[in-house]
Amino acid sequence: MPRNKGSKQNIENALATSDAITRRALFGAFLAIGLSGFGGVLPWAHRALVEQKKWLSENEFAELLSLGQTVPGPNIVNMSIMIGARFHGVAGALLAFLGLMSAPFAIVLALGVLYERYGDIMLVRRAIGGVVAVAAGLVIAMAVKMAAAQPRKPGPLVICIAAFTMVGILRLPLIVTLAVLAPIGIAFAWKSKI
Amino acid sequence: MNFTNPLYQLAWHFTLLSLVAIGGANAVLPEMHRQVVDVSGWMSGAEFAALFAIAQAAPGPNVLIVSLVGWKVAGLPGALVSTLAMCGPSSVLAFGIGRLAHRFQHAPIRPIIQSGLAPITIGIVLASGYLLAEAADQNWAAYGITAFTVLIVLKKRLNPLWLLAGGALLGMAGIVPV
Repeated sequence: MPRNKGSKQNIENALATSDAITRRALFGAFLAIGLSGFGGVLPWAHRALVEQKKWLSENEFAELLSLGQTVPGPNIVNMSIMIGARFHGVAGALLAFLGLMSAPFAIVLALGVLYERYGDIMLVRRAIGGVVAVAAGLVIAMAVKMAAAQPRKPGPLVICIAAFTMVGILRLPLIVTLAVLAPIGIAFAWKSKI
Repeated sequence: MNFTNPLYQLAWHFTLLSLVAIGGANAVLPEMHRQVVDVSGWMSGAEFAALFAIAQAAPGPNVLIVSLVGWKVAGLPGALVSTLAMCGPSSVLAFGIGRLAHRFQHAPIRPIIQSGLAPITIGIVLASGYLLAEAADQNWAAYGITAFTVLIVLKKRLNPLWLLAGGALLGMAGIVPV
């Protein structure tokens, strides 16, 4: 896809350095982000792209994050696609994605192979049991943090409990849960905005 | 074509999941669990939880649980197919929306969609944690580890890797039943 200099200027007037970002630098930056992202990549992406390299301003980062969260799919993958596309179109999106995913993909598969080979050893099974208990806590804490950022209203609380019950207790398909609750949630948000 | 081939099934499941994954990888965990454990019987609940723990302990995006599940079901091709199926459709969407960013950014409907879906996402992420706790926590010590983790994460800014390492050590000491 050819880069359109004119519209690019409009979109990225805050990004004075955007022409200096080569494809190799883009790939390298996301490679480093993927590799350093223990327990969630987002804080590392923020540190690298906003604080260290200054490729994005705080506002742009927040904007891209909220867009990445509106679109379905993994948030950080969506962000890498959008950031890569800003600087180098389709090629940039692919490079950012590959940079982000390739090394962690190899590492996680290597760990999987090790688990397959040594997973029957009692000590390994015990260690993984402990790690799963912690991982459960990390996910629950994430939900609590997200909930704390929400306004305290009875309507959303009921919707939240309904989502938990349908997915966690009744084990209904996600599609069914979303088909029922998404229109209710959006209608509720609509009504309380007006 | 052979549609009972697990590769097609992985591609199909994760393509669908990609488009309904509102709130990221942790929000599709219950659906993935339902598909690979309850419906397809590709692995036990404990194995699924172990794969999730491995993905958490490794660097990189949480979505790599998808790669591990694909690998477990159909080896390296399974891992590649699952990862691309999970990231592809949503990435195309993200690319398109990124291009329209400024028009979409100020669309009045966007914050309404976002705040309307937020409570649903939170409920589903909570269900993810519940499913994992159910797989791991079969005694009070394990419940204690989970509860302690929640408290620490909420009260302190600590790299989760320390908590995962602590969990591994406590597990090795034999306090969590396996």
